[in-house]
Amino acid sequence: MWRRIAALILKEFKMLWKDRKSRMVLVVPPLVQLVLFGSAATFEVSNAALGLWIEDRARPAQELVSRFEASPAFHVVARFDNPQAVREALDTQRVKAVLHVGQTFSADVAAGRHARVQLLLDGRKSNAALILQSYALGIVESYNLARVGQAAVELNMHPRAWFNPNFDSRWFILPGLTVLLTIVAILLITALSVARERELGTFEQLLVTPLRPMEILVGKTVPALCIGFVEANLIAALACFAYGVPFVGSVVLFNVAIAVFVLSAVGIGLVISSVAKTQQQAILGVFLFLSPAMVLSGFTTPIANMPDWAQALTHLNPIRYMVTLSRGIFLQDLSWALAWPQLWPMALIGCVTLGYATWLFSRRLE
Amino acid sequence: MPASVTLTNLGKSFGTTAALTDVTAAIGAGQITGLVGPDGAGKTTLLRLIAGLLTPDKGTLEVLGHAATDRDAVRGDIGYMPQRFGLYEDLTVQENLNLQADLHDLDEAARSERFATLLQFTGLAPFSRRLAGQLSGGMKQKLGLACALLPRPKLLLLDEPSAGVDPASRRELWRIVRTMAGTGVAIVWSTAYLDEAERCDSFLLLDGGRLLASGSPSDFTRRLEGRTFLIDLPERQRHRVQREAAALPSIADATIQGRSLRLVLKEGSALPDLSELVGARALPRPTRPRFEDAFVSLLLADRPPVSAPGIQATSAPSADGIAIEARDLTRDFGKFRAVDKVSFTVRPGEIFGLLGPNGAGKSTTFRMLCGLLAPSAGSAHVAGVDLGRARATARERIGYMSQKFSLYGNLSVRDNLDFFSGVYGLAGRRRSSRIAWTIESFDLGSVADLEAGTLPLGFKQRLALGCALLHEPQVLFLDEPTSGVDPLMRREFWSRIGGLADGGVTVLVTSHFMEEAEYCDRLGIVYAGRMIASGSPDAMKQRFVTAALPEPTLEDAFVGLIREHDAERQGAAAA
Repeated sequence: MWRRIAALILKEFKMLWKDRKSRMVLVVPPLVQLVLFGSAATFEVSNAALGLWIEDRARPAQELVSRFEASPAFHVVARFDNPQAVREALDTQRVKAVLHVGQTFSADVAAGRHARVQLLLDGRKSNAALILQSYALGIVESYNLARVGQAAVELNMHPRAWFNPNFDSRWFILPGLTVLLTIVAILLITALSVARERELGTFEQLLVTPLRPMEILVGKTVPALCIGFVEANLIAALACFAYGVPFVGSVVLFNVAIAVFVLSAVGIGLVISSVAKTQQQAILGVFLFLSPAMVLSGFTTPIANMPDWAQALTHLNPIRYMVTLSRGIFLQDLSWALAWPQLWPMALIGCVTLGYATWLFSRRLE
Repeated sequence: MPASVTLTNLGKSFGTTAALTDVTAAIGAGQITGLVGPDGAGKTTLLRLIAGLLTPDKGTLEVLGHAATDRDAVRGDIGYMPQRFGLYEDLTVQENLNLQADLHDLDEAARSERFATLLQFTGLAPFSRRLAGQLSGGMKQKLGLACALLPRPKLLLLDEPSAGVDPASRRELWRIVRTMAGTGVAIVWSTAYLDEAERCDSFLLLDGGRLLASGSPSDFTRRLEGRTFLIDLPERQRHRVQREAAALPSIADATIQGRSLRLVLKEGSALPDLSELVGARALPRPTRPRFEDAFVSLLLADRPPVSAPGIQATSAPSADGIAIEARDLTRDFGKFRAVDKVSFTVRPGEIFGLLGPNGAGKSTTFRMLCGLLAPSAGSAHVAGVDLGRARATARERIGYMSQKFSLYGNLSVRDNLDFFSGVYGLAGRRRSSRIAWTIESFDLGSVADLEAGTLPLGFKQRLALGCALLHEPQVLFLDEPTSGVDPLMRREFWSRIGGLADGGVTVLVTSHFMEEAEYCDRLGIVYAGRMIASGSPDAMKQRFVTAALPEPTLEDAFVGLIREHDAERQGAAAA
């Protein structure tokens, strides 16, 4: 039995190695995505195009405006003198926000009255607008403090973020991305390999050999497992060395988690491939699974913000657990005890998907 | 006869592969021109060039009096039926016709008149409300033909209309097309079946993209007049006799045809003394030369004769005298009964053919016997093992070769052999000696390190057979092993199979291909899920000998058997 499985595993590696296209799928897209996410994707907003509509030339107003000009978050690109121009600039997305200081601002400040400034935001990009709003509030706050003087303030907060002191969004994105890129590669490999054999007719050839369905599954799982290890470790290493994400946790725990995760992914890939008749159907199946699974993984948006029913669904998603584990191991030196609540559901999902795939495979023969 | 299509030095390449080279020919109006050749000969490319779907790289092409550059003028006059008929399977027969009529801008009057004629003509009138996807293979082809005929073309291009169609439907198609030719339409009928070439008024024989011969089929075969004979074969060692006869210097070609040996003499040679091979009592009888005989002797002029050594089978035949036994095999797919109580037995060393049209249940029967499908009822024993109980044990004793030569195309020949020997559990010295044996007996040494996918068809076929024989199986399953390959390759293949059978290996073949069936010792005809007849090819033909038809072909027998069966069923239904 082991001899037959060994022959199958050896063949899988040879085919992957000799097929230029498979090699490309494993290497190029993950690298491109890593570079894209590492460099281009960030939640921070800096250099946002700001328009100024200043109707007050006095000193207090100028002081406020110069604080906005000095902030790295904003970059002043336009000055307006009438509301029509403001509207047009926001409509055409020439500016992301407009700061409006009315005629009475300086007078109000001087008189100690309640002074008002207006910030107009482009709500079409709600996330960026929220962030800009908080930056603007920060600037106004510090302006207030400077006007009123330290002595007047009794409460003084010094926030310190653990695990990611500078809120570097790469630290948040890349550990999750490692997980996603690994699962994309694994799903494609497993789903396509069986579908391709079915298209070529070699699958039937396998089924008339003494290989049992279980043995075919093992033969397809082991290569995927190896590739998953290599892929995950490679991307993790690149995230650390090329993009400076810290890796403070245990490498052993990371690889144990990846093994459990890859097994659950292989199960999903094999289920897709035993249903798909052609490679096209297999690819469609992979993407049909991946798009909702990405949303429900907590990779981009926090699971805690989702409605209850969606939160419940995320518990079926192995990516969810692995993203949590990966972030924990990278940034937090997660302990085995804390990892366990994430590991066992993944293992359970793996048992179910692999078991289901075995059942589907044998049933096909009936 | 005026030429409808004139080709001059036509050439077409795809990348670096030349699909057609230097083809010069004319296709006449009111005639059926057979475009004959094995798979990959360039038939489809030529049809697509004539249809204006491809543009030639070299040479000129004139269609219905217009140059290739001026296609819009003749587009409406060309009917083209591609290999996979362009039918919409989710539309009914009538809706398919309506769509075609819309596409050709036919007005109401022309429409109703032509629909009526075509439906009646093709015998599809009772099925006009049926979904095209639910028609049988033959009826689909007829509908495809009706769609192509709707605009009343002056030139009708048919790409392998008879592939996979049962012989009875094939005859119907010929009748329809023959009538069309009578009205002056120029018809091009492409086919890989060499017997069809004889029914055409003229033919173009393509091989490897070159025009090998053309003209009228009777002129082509007349060259062999007086050089073709049949001689009775002894009961035993028939394949060995065939191999030795083929090796004689004066013999161009020797093939098994039922219980006889078919001989084609080399030009200018006298009939040699065969008494040592077939016994003194067997006397050669002259027979009519066939298109295939002429094709083979033409191919032999270019290529060295086939040397296919007999393969010594090393496996011991099972003791009980039965290699394959099917008992009341039945398989249901939902409510549809694909196979209904099929029973037969095959003796060790016998070549048994399951013959039938597509969709008749022969593939389902075949798949149940090699363990790819579990029967709904009944049992199957192969090589002494009950498939229902010990499928894995049975698999160690069977070899399987599918029509598609299931090989790993991006692995080398040696890697493929390594892999298949591994999954059959061979190891150590036995593994290396079996691989060496395969490379030597199938003459694969020169290509051992090349990728299997890049090999020519003949090598792929040999490799696929070699892989199926690595573990020395007692029973060999072949799924349409030689459909569409050229006749020399088919001879070489069957000569190897014959050697295996002589050595005691049992062979089960499935085919819808009459030429393949001739190589079998016994045949089972599968039709509508049942085995309606079984026996030797000769015995089947014998039943249909009449004064008008002294030498019936296997196809005549097949059509006759199906007719008898249908008549019986109708009789039973009426009673």
